[in-house]
Amino acid sequence: MRCDQFVELVTAYLEGVLDRATEQQFVEHLALCEGCDRYLEQFRTTIEALGHLPTQSLAPDARDRLLAAFRHFPATP
Amino acid sequence: MLPVATVDTADAAPTDAALPADAVIVARLRDRDEAMFAALLDAWSPGLLRAARAYVRDEHAAQDVVQETWLGVVRGIGSFEARSSLRTWVYRILINRAKTRGQRDARSVPVDDLAPTVDPARFRGPDDPYAGGWWTFPEVWPSPEEVAVAAETRRYLAAALAELPDRQRIVVTLRDVEGYSSDEVCNLLSISMANQRVLLHRGRAALRAALETFLTKGAVR
Repeated sequence: MRCDQFVELVTAYLEGVLDRATEQQFVEHLALCEGCDRYLEQFRTTIEALGHLPTQSLAPDARDRLLAAFRHFPATP
Repeated sequence: MLPVATVDTADAAPTDAALPADAVIVARLRDRDEAMFAALLDAWSPGLLRAARAYVRDEHAAQDVVQETWLGVVRGIGSFEARSSLRTWVYRILINRAKTRGQRDARSVPVDDLAPTVDPARFRGPDDPYAGGWWTFPEVWPSPEEVAVAAETRRYLAAALAELPDRQRIVVTLRDVEGYSSDEVCNLLSISMANQRVLLHRGRAALRAALETFLTKGAVR
């Protein structure tokens, strides 16, 4: 496996959907190539950082309005 | 008495840990339990806002879409049939609202799914004995923890995410920001696994490249 092929398979590898032969080649390449090892690591870091993006919450007045709407909505039978 | 929803635990998000099972939530909402509705609003609104931002340009529009979604939940909870998890049902309402709003969908550009995700100039050419190998390895980054917590990095990443082509941004947001499974995302967006994976990979690769520029070249936006 070449480096330029490796980089295209990273998500498939992380999702566990590579066929067995390709996964073996992927892992063998990984063991030998520092550049691709780094690439995979940075890919993981990117995914982890995405999971830590700052959160936004509902504006307080919107929250109040929704609670009021809930309170006043006709009850279901 | 309406039939109570069955529980779908397959896709409970980590943030839902404090919430009871779907069947319990649905029953309480139908009984007009305001505390239950408030708990749901607080638990899911951040994720809904982020998902809405994948469709609409600004924060204000996202807030509107999320409000409309919750109103849709209030109106529709009586007829929720538990064919999906409650969360998936709510997200489906959100996506429909967001699409109706639709500023961004209209601008979507077809993606060339076959183009390389890493600049081909970084790899050796066909005549090189190491054809397809890196010319120079990617530079070392700070530790994953440092990357994840640095406020400046997160802002940069959020901006880079906002710049992705629509379909990539939506898939990356749902999968990596919101933590949805690939099954859920395919189901929500009605796309195939293969298609989802291509979009996810292209989006992630572009974001890794953006972070690389930021972390190793000190790029300032």
